[in-house]
Amino acid sequence: MDILFPILTVGILGIFLGVIIGIVAKVFAVDIDERIEQVEEMLPGANCGGCGFAGCADFAKGVVAGKATPAGCPVCSPEDVVAISEYLGIAAEEKEKMVALVRCSGDIPNTVRSLYNGVRDCRSAVLVAGGAKGCDYGCLGFGSCAEACPFGAIEIRNGLAVVHKELCVGCENCVAACPKNLITMVPASAATHVYCNSPEKGAVKRKVCKTACIACRKCVKASGEEDYMEIDGFLVRSNYENPPPASLVEAAGCPTSALRVDTEHIKGAYGGASK
Amino acid sequence: MSEKPRKFKGGVHPNDSKALSAHKAIQEAPLYGTYKVIMHQNIGAPPELLVKKGDAVKKGSLLCKASGFVSVPLHAPTSGTVKMIDKVPGPTGISVPCIVIEADGEDEWGCPFEPIADWQKTDPAELKQRVWDAGIVGMGGAGFPAHVKLSPPEDKPVDKLILNGAECEPYLTADHRLMLEQAEEVVLGAAILARILGLETAVIGVEDNKPDAIQALEKVAGKYNIEVVSLPVNYPQGAEKQLIYAITGREVPVGKLPSDVGCVVQNVASAVAVAEAVVKGIPSIERITTVTGKPLNDPGNWKLRIGTPIDEVLKLTGGIKEQPAKLLLGGPMMGIAQSSLDVTVMKNTSGVLLIAKDEVSLYTSEPCIRCGRCVDCCPMQILPATISQAVENNRFDWAERLNVMACIECGSCSYSCPSHRPLNQQFKRAKVEIRAGLRK
Repeated sequence: MDILFPILTVGILGIFLGVIIGIVAKVFAVDIDERIEQVEEMLPGANCGGCGFAGCADFAKGVVAGKATPAGCPVCSPEDVVAISEYLGIAAEEKEKMVALVRCSGDIPNTVRSLYNGVRDCRSAVLVAGGAKGCDYGCLGFGSCAEACPFGAIEIRNGLAVVHKELCVGCENCVAACPKNLITMVPASAATHVYCNSPEKGAVKRKVCKTACIACRKCVKASGEEDYMEIDGFLVRSNYENPPPASLVEAAGCPTSALRVDTEHIKGAYGGASK
Repeated sequence: MSEKPRKFKGGVHPNDSKALSAHKAIQEAPLYGTYKVIMHQNIGAPPELLVKKGDAVKKGSLLCKASGFVSVPLHAPTSGTVKMIDKVPGPTGISVPCIVIEADGEDEWGCPFEPIADWQKTDPAELKQRVWDAGIVGMGGAGFPAHVKLSPPEDKPVDKLILNGAECEPYLTADHRLMLEQAEEVVLGAAILARILGLETAVIGVEDNKPDAIQALEKVAGKYNIEVVSLPVNYPQGAEKQLIYAITGREVPVGKLPSDVGCVVQNVASAVAVAEAVVKGIPSIERITTVTGKPLNDPGNWKLRIGTPIDEVLKLTGGIKEQPAKLLLGGPMMGIAQSSLDVTVMKNTSGVLLIAKDEVSLYTSEPCIRCGRCVDCCPMQILPATISQAVENNRFDWAERLNVMACIECGSCSYSCPSHRPLNQQFKRAKVEIRAGLRK
């Protein structure tokens, strides 16, 4: 019989509190737009911040509120964008996929000038004599960008950052991480790039790097009528409005192999050797 | 000095290796064929270029003029022609523009101003203008324009002028020889600086490992009522804030300047430059530099023109007897490692130091063992070990709260760390990131 009293007390207290919770939940109910949850579910959930919002949940809120479009998410595939747009009943925007490009081809056998034994981090290394590479503008190769990449798309190979295009979603986290401002966003459809970012004169660049662009303009000439390449001082760049085809590399015969096809660059096919 | 100099908290005692060059008298370097004068030699705005390719210049004539208040003009180190405006690696390794002057060997004088013989009767403002016109910067290493220090804000009256002759950095003996051989000019410079600041007297602080320099200064100091203070040997005794504390007992708050506690600190070499600019009318075109290190055949102290290439400087010492492992501009504690011999002498190059292979080793950084040595030796009394953790985790906000901005980058923490942690470099990084954050 002793057990009855506690059971009754706790039981009654439980019912009483349950009623209070029920009332409070009704009176102070917060309206949640279920679409936000649904959109968040449809987003990749990488929380990379590439959209400019604080994370996927915040972005979902923004999309539902009309502050952003589904295409603002760099990680979503075009199908995902269409799915979210259809769910919300808005017109799906077409977006061009952008990927990161490290505009440098100076790896360890190519451009290293001194021994560096400090903090293994680009933003620290740049404070010591501008890094261990001979070129003031080159990739330092300690992987600050790789660390910043939430998708593991950047690999440091031979002291040079290379982007695995298929893994890159274009969140631009790496762009801000590079102390040399080497990383730029280019359309994923473009395959041919100039892997050099030094604005110095050709002779100066060649002293420190075998694969620097010396602005000989062979690639510009090989483009013929087509406006594939842009000249910027002592540097030539791909014109991403009208990107050069992979065949241009063969046709131009770049003497320093700064002009490369990205798939071959990642394989290490050019090997830093100049013709 | 009525009161004894105080000992600041912390500090380290590295092997000073000054015996290599302390007994060598200052020698004048010969004229070279080409000088590469780096344009931006001061902290603050880069000066404005006045010459172009093909222009004839004379020794002491203007190459650049000041582009603002925190900027100084630049003068030609010798007579000749401007060959081109080129780029050379700056002291931090990044290429910087320089003016290449092909010397004609005449070394013909063409200075834009006249000597002021009766400086004791001259208006202090005119003297200050001369310091500015002569392009004098802090020659101890920082390169801060001297005339800016001499212009304290009106609401902060200065009552103490301190000349920094501590030269606490190991290996360097340039200031030591300067005080010994040109004691009169040091004292004269101190008197002129005191007149500019409207003071009667000045204090010269010298570490007590230079008894001969103290003696030489004391012999002539009475002439202008200058005091010479012998300071205990402790690195970084020559750091501005530590020196002020040792001599006056005043502490400069974090983020404030010496003028906030009524002090102005100038290097002794800057004082000599001031004396020469005023009394002789010579602009800042040369400096005394210690060229030293175990690998050198004949280390010494040399009077070098600005723009002298470092490879020529090394030849002065009879070349090297063994392959060095490292080349530093400045001393071993705060000097900057160089990767090229193309660097040139600047107004703040106090030393050119070669380090032998058996004096260096490659360390791997180990985890912190919390021994607290860095905390004990930090002269700014911050917590290097804790800040280091913050920086390793990219928590610069945390580092800022722990007062990393107070760090004077003296390197005592890195020197004392048994785990060889790159503390100093981490703090440099944190300071850069925090400053970048403030600019946004």
